[in-house]
Amino acid sequence: MGILEVKGVNKRFGGLQALGDVNLSVAENTVHAIIGPNGAGKSTLLNVLVGKLIPDSGSVMFDGQSVLGRKPHEINQMGISRVFQTPEIFADLSVMENVMIPCFARRDGAFRMHAIGSVRNEGDIIAQAEAILADVNMLAKRDMLASALSRGDKRRLEMAMCLVQEPKLLLLDEPTAGMARADTNNTIDLLKEIKEKRDITMCIIEHDMHVVFSLAERITVLAQGTPLVEETPENIKGHPKVREAYLGEAQV
Amino acid sequence: MLGLNSRDFKLLMIVIFMTLAAPILLNPFPVDSALGESFNAGYPALMQRFVIFGLLAVGFNILFGLTGYLSFGHAAFLGVGSYAAVWMFKLLSYNIIPAMLASVIVAALFAVVIGYVCLRRSGIYFSILTLAFAQMSYALAYSVLSPITNGETGLQVYADDPQVLMSAGDPVVPHLFGWEMNSSVTWNVGGWQFVFQNGYYLAAICMIIGFYISIRIFRSPFGLMLRAIKSNQTRMSYTGMNTKPYMLAAFVISGMYAGVAGGLMSAMDPLTGAERMFWTASGEIVVMAILGGVGTLIGPVLGAGIIKYLENIISKINSDILHNWFAFMPDWMDNLLVNILYPFVGKGWHLTLGVLFMVVVIFLPGGLVQGGQKLGALFSRKSKSSDSDATTAGTANTNTPAE
Repeated sequence: MGILEVKGVNKRFGGLQALGDVNLSVAENTVHAIIGPNGAGKSTLLNVLVGKLIPDSGSVMFDGQSVLGRKPHEINQMGISRVFQTPEIFADLSVMENVMIPCFARRDGAFRMHAIGSVRNEGDIIAQAEAILADVNMLAKRDMLASALSRGDKRRLEMAMCLVQEPKLLLLDEPTAGMARADTNNTIDLLKEIKEKRDITMCIIEHDMHVVFSLAERITVLAQGTPLVEETPENIKGHPKVREAYLGEAQV
Repeated sequence: MLGLNSRDFKLLMIVIFMTLAAPILLNPFPVDSALGESFNAGYPALMQRFVIFGLLAVGFNILFGLTGYLSFGHAAFLGVGSYAAVWMFKLLSYNIIPAMLASVIVAALFAVVIGYVCLRRSGIYFSILTLAFAQMSYALAYSVLSPITNGETGLQVYADDPQVLMSAGDPVVPHLFGWEMNSSVTWNVGGWQFVFQNGYYLAAICMIIGFYISIRIFRSPFGLMLRAIKSNQTRMSYTGMNTKPYMLAAFVISGMYAGVAGGLMSAMDPLTGAERMFWTASGEIVVMAILGGVGTLIGPVLGAGIIKYLENIISKINSDILHNWFAFMPDWMDNLLVNILYPFVGKGWHLTLGVLFMVVVIFLPGGLVQGGQKLGALFSRKSKSSDSDATTAGTANTNTPAE
């Protein structure tokens, strides 16, 4: 029984069957990649997992509880954090403030009226935020405005914001999309480092085979909204069905 | 001090000094001089407007400055607060304590209802919804609700009103336990005349308290959450924060500020009408905040003060005064200048305001506060070039609690 269990999920947009009978099981403390050609339904699946879309049928269980019908912030409070394809950060706030907000979310829950005390006096929050910035090598940039960061640093910052919540499951939506090779390798190293340091389950949606084969322990291949195979990376490479549906168009 | 960092404390002290010394600072010219007639602004009725509109703008800034949600119906809360206060005068007594409490509570309840509905939408739709609500309140106050609002006549206290807490010998004007709002002490020094009015000082103290609370809110975790909502709502909800209650809380706090301002207006003059809720009144609040500097602490107060000052000073100027100013010039030049300037003064003062507003929005998107910071940066660069970094950091600082 995995930490995330998706069973028989269907989602239809008008005449398009975006997800057809998707079953997926992500085991705890593994890195699970979901790959597939464009339009395979990867992003739709991710949006179902975070509560942005509600499937027409099927069930999504996380840690023994259903996530269906819950709002994104409730799902996050259950322990699922999401990294977006283009980093979603608080561009008008400082780097430090960016990481302090998830610390508050973790300590105080979805809402707490905390209007008189000063942020400066929140010692434990500041300590947590500084620790995570040190972890991702961004402590020196703590007072910079997040919008002034480089693209790679924005990605790091978003990662830090997710990690500081100590999620049980980290969802990554094409974390290296549009990156140069050097940045891609940095991101791979960062993710490997994260995996070594903490008990965390990761679910990566990715186009770049280099990233997938460097990180994933299990791989699910989606095509036309339906999972074709679920296998280890070694077995995926040679899998005839996969070659046909996907790898045929990309050289590995 | 007072839970503030040294920078904010200094700002608070400046505001306290300016408001308490306003009767002196705003009367720099002898009372009988030509300059005094034109430019002195230290008379109670005008100073009351400075601080009451300042309070209103400070509260508006908690909503618009922190969350970026532009309410175009804030005057509704002002009007509701005024009505609540006058009703307390009519039912209980002229003591302003129950009146002020009533205006805050009624405005808060009103804000909960309006906020709950309007916050279902964001951006321009939110603004339109608030505008619609305010205009509905205005229309209702004039028509269906006349038994409560006294329609076009305006709500006021009549001799046959119950005033159940009133005993013989109590003042028949608004008062704070006998301390009458409209009585004042006049101080004549040479040609100068300074008027210290009770009502002004009550309103000033309310404004200072409101300003202090707004600093605390800006620097609090709650304020940080509001700024985060302004910056990226998507990330906010994927960070496990429920944005709705944060927004509603900000809306209600902001509405309560407007309620206090409305209550104070009634305390200064126990007569109120629906025109206080008209959309131009809401628009004026928006202009004040933007002119001064949205999202900065002092900006809205500054904006409110400047607009109310200009309104009074410029609308008093007529062609005779203009001719007086340019009397030293040859006649043709005098006439030319007067002809150019005349549309901008007197009844045309809105034209001046419009030009000023355009100049500020185009050249100083951060409002007059940004202008001040640019000037400050210019001077400190001249005096000490190494300091310029600190001043530019200060630009971000007005709304960053990091320092």
